[in-house]
Amino acid sequence: MNNFEPVIGLEVHIQLNTETKIFCSCPNSFGDEPNTNICPVCVGLPGVLPVFNQRVLDLGIAVSLGLNCRIAKEFIFERKNYFYPDLPKDYQISQYMVPLGSDGFIEINSRKIKIKRVHMEEDAGKLIHTQNGSLVDFNRAGVPLLEIVSEPDIFSAQEAYQYLNELKLTIQYIGASSCDMEKGFLRCDANVSLRRQGDKELGVKVEVKNMNSFKAVRDALSYEIKRQANVLSKGGRIYQETRLWEENKQKTIVMRSKEEAHDYRYFPEPDLVRFFVSDSQIENAEQSLPELPPAKRKKFREFYKLREKDSEVLISNPKAAAFFEQACRNRDDFQNIANWVIGPLQEALNTSSIGFEEAKIKPADLLKIIDMVADGGLNNIAAKNVLAEVVNTGGDISEIVEKKNLRQVSDESSLEEFARQAIEESPKAVKDFYSGKENAIMFLVGVVMRKSKGRANPKIVKGVIERRLKNAQS
Amino acid sequence: MDLHKLSGWEIAGKIKAKKLSFEEVFDYFHNRIIKFNPQLNAVVRWFDKPLEFNRNSDSPLAGVPIVIKDNICLKGKETTCASRILKGFVSPYDSTVVQKLKNAGLQILGAANMDEFAFGSSCETSCYGPVKNPWDKTRVPGGSSGGSAAVVSAGLSPVSLGSDTGGSIRQPASFCGVCGLKPTYGKVSRYGLIAFGSSFDQIGPFSRDIQDCLYLLNIISGKDPKDSTSVQAEPLKNLSVQDISGLCIGVPKEYFIEGLSEDVDKTIRQALSFFKNNGAVIKEISLPSTEYSVAVYYILASSEASSNLSRFDGIKYGHREKAESLSEVYFKTRAKGFGREAKRRIMLGTFSLSSGYYEAYYLKALKARQLIKEDFKAAFKKCDLMITPTSPTAAFKIGEKLDNPLSMYLSDIFTISASLAGLPALSVPCGFTSQGLPVGMQIIGNYFQEEMLFNLAGFYQKNTDWHKKIPQEYE
Ligand SMILES: [Zn+2]
Repeated sequence: MNNFEPVIGLEVHIQLNTETKIFCSCPNSFGDEPNTNICPVCVGLPGVLPVFNQRVLDLGIAVSLGLNCRIAKEFIFERKNYFYPDLPKDYQISQYMVPLGSDGFIEINSRKIKIKRVHMEEDAGKLIHTQNGSLVDFNRAGVPLLEIVSEPDIFSAQEAYQYLNELKLTIQYIGASSCDMEKGFLRCDANVSLRRQGDKELGVKVEVKNMNSFKAVRDALSYEIKRQANVLSKGGRIYQETRLWEENKQKTIVMRSKEEAHDYRYFPEPDLVRFFVSDSQIENAEQSLPELPPAKRKKFREFYKLREKDSEVLISNPKAAAFFEQACRNRDDFQNIANWVIGPLQEALNTSSIGFEEAKIKPADLLKIIDMVADGGLNNIAAKNVLAEVVNTGGDISEIVEKKNLRQVSDESSLEEFARQAIEESPKAVKDFYSGKENAIMFLVGVVMRKSKGRANPKIVKGVIERRLKNAQS
Repeated sequence: MDLHKLSGWEIAGKIKAKKLSFEEVFDYFHNRIIKFNPQLNAVVRWFDKPLEFNRNSDSPLAGVPIVIKDNICLKGKETTCASRILKGFVSPYDSTVVQKLKNAGLQILGAANMDEFAFGSSCETSCYGPVKNPWDKTRVPGGSSGGSAAVVSAGLSPVSLGSDTGGSIRQPASFCGVCGLKPTYGKVSRYGLIAFGSSFDQIGPFSRDIQDCLYLLNIISGKDPKDSTSVQAEPLKNLSVQDISGLCIGVPKEYFIEGLSEDVDKTIRQALSFFKNNGAVIKEISLPSTEYSVAVYYILASSEASSNLSRFDGIKYGHREKAESLSEVYFKTRAKGFGREAKRRIMLGTFSLSSGYYEAYYLKALKARQLIKEDFKAAFKKCDLMITPTSPTAAFKIGEKLDNPLSMYLSDIFTISASLAGLPALSVPCGFTSQGLPVGMQIIGNYFQEEMLFNLAGFYQKNTDWHKKIPQEYE
C-alpha cells in the first residue's frame, strides 16, 4: 500500500441559482410538481431554439474568477450528443473546446490544487421509476450548471474532501449556488489512479460516481485507493472503467467498461452565436467579487484576532461570518462576540431548526443582549430565553425582556427571602456545607435560581447564602 | 373571376376595396386545393376555415391565402416534416413566421408536402407520397419545398412559404416556374422551423409575381428574440424597376460546366443578353472553390441534421414503436419512423462527427466553407450581383434519380454555394426548355442585398412575361 501514490481528479457540477433557466425563461426552482416549470424550448420540441441567459455568464465569470481562472475572451457552446430519455433534445448544450474559465486553483494546506476548467452547460431532466413504467420530469431540464474540473492534482481522499469543502465555500461566498448536495445542487464524480511512489506517469484511471455527500466522496476514494493498491500489489491490472459507490455496502462496483464509453460527437452549437467577454466586464466582475475564504481567514486572524478554531467555524458559514462582522462594526470585543455567535446564538438557531438566513435577529439585537448580560441586567439563562424568541420573531430586546419578566434580580434584599427558604428546605446541603463541602453551596444557589424563575443574579445569590450560613453558624 | 391569375397584392387590393371578402378569397383557393390536389399531392393538410388571423391588418398582403411547408410549426395543428416519425405531433406553439403571417392578415390554407425533413431535391421522400410537377405530372416539382412551389405554380395559393438549406426553395421554384427566395442567413427567424441544417436553414417566400415575394419577405423578416442567429435589418423599400444601366452582373465561370443542359444554358444566356441590352455590365467572374461545395455541404448539413434529428426518439412525442427495453424503443422507433434518405443523412452526419473522423471530415469541411465565403467576398468586389442557372437541368422524371443519391445531390450543385456562404439568392423563371419545362435563373446578392435582387427581378418581370405562364390544366 505504501508503495503507491493515489492521484485524484474531481469533476464537480453545481446548479447556478439564477431566476430562470439557461436557454429559456422558465423559472429555475426546486421541488415543484413535475413538469410545471417547462416550455417548448426546455422540453426540446421540434423547431425551438435556445436563447442564452446572460445571468449565467455573470455567475460563471464570478465563480471562475473566484477560483483564480483565466476567462475566455471569446467562447461558443457545443453540442454533446447522446441518447437518454431525460435529455430532451438527445444532446446537451455544453462547452467543449474553449471553457469559460481555465487554469485556476484552490489553495488547501498551503498547496495550490490546479483547476483545469470551468464551463457552462444545461442540466437534464430527471427519471422517476414507478411500477407502471418510467416517467420523466423536465423541470430540471435547462437549469444552468457549471462544471468545475480539477487537474489530477489531489493526492489523498482527505485532500479531496478538503478541496470540495473549500470549493463549496468559495461558491457560497460568491452566492452563485447553495451547493446543497441533498437537492442535487452540487454533484461530484472522481477519477482516481495509483502510481508507484516516484513515478511521473499516471496509472490507469477509474471513474467513481454516485457519491451523495463529501463524506461519501472521501469514503469512496479511500475504498477505491485500497482496492486498487490491493490489485496492483498482487501483480494484477487496473482496467479503465466507471464504478459506482454503493453507500450501503461501502464499496464500489463496476458500472461500465471503457469499451462502452460514449463518443459524444461534440460540434459547435449552430443555434447560438459566438459570445465575447470584454475586459471591462471582467474588471467589473473582479471588483464586485466578495471577500473570499482566504482573505476572510487572514482578516479573522490578523484583525479580529479570533482563535483559529472559532474563525474556521464562522467562515465555514458565510451567513454566520457576515452576522459576526456586522456585529463587530463599532466594537472591539471581537472574541466575545464570536463566542456569542458560535455559542448561544447558534444553539438558539439549532433549537428552532433555522439558519442564519431565515433568522429574524439582527446583529444589534445580539449586542444588546451581550451588553445586558455584561452589566448584570440579564443572566445567561435569561439571555438564552430571549435569543430563543428573537431568532424567530425579531423585535425590541428590552421589550422582550420586560414582557417575559426576565430582568435579572441583583438586589440583595429581594433575594433574602428566597435564600432563607432554600436553606430551610435543604437540611442535607446545609449539613454538607458545615461539614466542609464548600460545593454544597452551589446546590442552594440552584434552588434560589429555580425559585426566582432564573432571574436571580447567581453571584449575588451565592454571597447572600454564604453570609446567612456563616451567620447562623456563629 | 380567375383569382388564381392575380397576384397576392392585387387580391389584397380587391379585399381592401371591398370588392371581395376574406371568405370568398379563402373559399376560392380552398376549393382549388380540393379540386386539384388529388392529382398533384402538393398539400398534405388543409383547413376548412383559415387559422385565426388579424382582420384589421393594413399589410399589402392582408387577406391573401398562403400555404406553408409542413416543417413550420402551426399551433394546434399537426406538423410532421412529411415523416412517419412525427405523425400525430401537434405543435403547442406557433413559429415566429406564422405569428407574423397571422398578424399581417394572411389566411393560412394548409401545409405543403415536402421531402422528409427537407432531405431531397424531388419531393419523392415524403411519407405522403411524391408531389407531381404541375407542368408535367410525370416529373418531380423539385425539392425539398416542392409542395410549396407546386401550389403557387398551379394556382392553389397565390403565395407560399418554403425552407431552403441547400437549394430547397430555389430549385423547386425553378422546376415549377415560380419565384422563390432564400433570404440572407439570419434575415428570417428560424423559431418554429423544424431544423435540418441549423447553420443553413432559412424560411423564404414563393410567388409568381416578384412584388409578392418582396412583401412576404418584409412580413416574415426581422430580428426575433427567440432566435439568437436572427439579425435586425431595415425592411425593403418598394421595387424600383426603372433602370438597370451600369449594374454589374457577375457570371461565375465555374457554373457553366459539363452536365449543364443545353436548354438551360441557352435560356440563361438569353436572360443575360436581355440585361446586357438594357445597359447592365456582364462580367465573367470566378468562384474557385465551387467544386468543393457539394461535398462540404453534405458533410456539414448532414452533421447538423444527425444531431437535430436525435430528439425524434419516441419518448416525448410523435410515433413510438412497441418495445421491451429503452434501446429497443430507440432502435425500433427510428428504424420504422425515418425513411431511407433520412437514415442515410443521419448515418453520414454521425460518421462525420465521430471521433477519429471529425478532423478529416467535419473540421475540414468547416474550413472549406470559409474558403467558399472568401470566394464570394472577393467576387463581390468585382460585381454587384451574380446570375447563374438555378439547377443544371429542368425537372426530371419521377423515379429517375431516386436510387442514385449522388446524381440527386448534384441537382443542387448551383444553389449550395450561396447556402454555404449564407448569401441571399432568388430563383426567377426565365423561359422554357424545348419540352416546355420551366427554367429558372438564380440571382445571388451580397449579404442583406435582397433589395437589389428584387429590383433586378422586378425589371425583368416588367419586361417579360415568363412569370405569368400557368400550366394549361390549371389555367
Ligand atoms: Zn423552458
